[in-house]
Amino acid sequence: MSKEREFYWRRLHSLLGIIPVGLFLAQHLVVNHFATRGEEAFNKASGFMASLPFVILLEIFIIFLPLMFHAFYGIYIAFTAKNNPKNFGTLRNYLFILQRFTGIFLVVFIVWHVFETRFQAAIGAKEVNFNMMAEILSNPWMLGFYIVGVIAATFHLANGIWSFLVSWGITQSPQSQRIATYVTLVIFLALSVVGVQALLAFV
Amino acid sequence: MVTATETKKVQIEIFRQDTPESTPYWEKFEVNYRPNMNVISALMEIRQNPVNADGKATTPVAWDMSCLEEVCGACSMVINGKPRQSCSALIDQLTQPIQLAPMRTFPVVRDLQVDRTRMFDSLKKVKAWVPIDGSYDLGEGPRMPERKRQWAYELSKCMTCGVCLEACPNVNSGASFMGPAPLSQVRLFNAHPTGSMNKDERLNAIMGDGGLANCGNAQNCVVACPKGIPLTTSIAALNRDTTVQMFKNFFGSDHMVD
Repeated sequence: MSKEREFYWRRLHSLLGIIPVGLFLAQHLVVNHFATRGEEAFNKASGFMASLPFVILLEIFIIFLPLMFHAFYGIYIAFTAKNNPKNFGTLRNYLFILQRFTGIFLVVFIVWHVFETRFQAAIGAKEVNFNMMAEILSNPWMLGFYIVGVIAATFHLANGIWSFLVSWGITQSPQSQRIATYVTLVIFLALSVVGVQALLAFV
Repeated sequence: MVTATETKKVQIEIFRQDTPESTPYWEKFEVNYRPNMNVISALMEIRQNPVNADGKATTPVAWDMSCLEEVCGACSMVINGKPRQSCSALIDQLTQPIQLAPMRTFPVVRDLQVDRTRMFDSLKKVKAWVPIDGSYDLGEGPRMPERKRQWAYELSKCMTCGVCLEACPNVNSGASFMGPAPLSQVRLFNAHPTGSMNKDERLNAIMGDGGLANCGNAQNCVVACPKGIPLTTSIAALNRDTTVQMFKNFFGSDHMVD
């Protein structure tokens, strides 16, 4: 990737984080929430998602490719920073560092999560349903790993929305950026509750 | 002199480096306290009598300085972890031992001296000036509204000191990011009525290697800036300008400079 083109790569990275990856995350957590209504409701909802027309194309172009670009370019971005929270202990500097740490953690979490669920289904070893998740989450370590993973994802998305608004020049003034901080904080809390409630429904 | 002030000492630790390539090391000094001292006058004491805290003779400490009133930016260094100007860093307001280190985001020349050339190269790269040279008298430019002038004056206070680059986590030896200071200058010159006649050239320059997109919004720069320049507002405003410029470049436009 040429350095002269990095402006476009960075903008693409910012855009893909929200559309489609961020939207997919929100949709994924909402569909998972069917688990709180019981096994049957969850299986029906996940069965519906899995039976969408052109599901393979949707998965490749709306999830897999954008996510791969966002992840690989994100790793590059994360490792070009030299963090300095000791000398600059401001909220924004901590969020900057957390954004990079959660990003790296999410690469590990999502690779594991996809391997454990979608990949197993693809090779025909297992079926993605309520029982599969209940089995995975019956291990308290795995439950902890998934809760941390979900919260890392919702944080990374919420803080990513804040950065997106700045990176595209939507929020400019300090006041507008402060308001965006509160709005994204609410998004973070709301999505975290939805995600963690769904996880606990499998236990 | 009063006896009490003669015995009072100032503890200073300096992160020294003899040549650009040599290994840096800490050296401790004790300086006689005088009222109203700043870091520069303490360094001058060391230069007068280059003996370290162990009583051993050493080389005088090298540092840069010029105006001594926080408008030139030359004497910037990292004082107790914070990059700032040493002329306006008063000994009475600092926790001792006072730790002095060079701004290592720049190549170190010697001791506290750094080479800030990259900042001046960036200013050239982004064309941080108003081009008015011609083969004939171009006459007066358009007038600037007074309130806009007052606002732009704040951006013009930048002294290229390098403190914002030192504070920025994305400016380091492993990245080509030019840092906040030259970016804010693009906003200043694009706001100028005559300067804006070339605004697309400056926007395209910061859309290149090491430009605007490298900002990660840690927002340390605006906290660190000794001149209180709204650097993050400048960056966000340029983000909007470059978003528009990106579409103009892609689709073509008759409105490149208006």
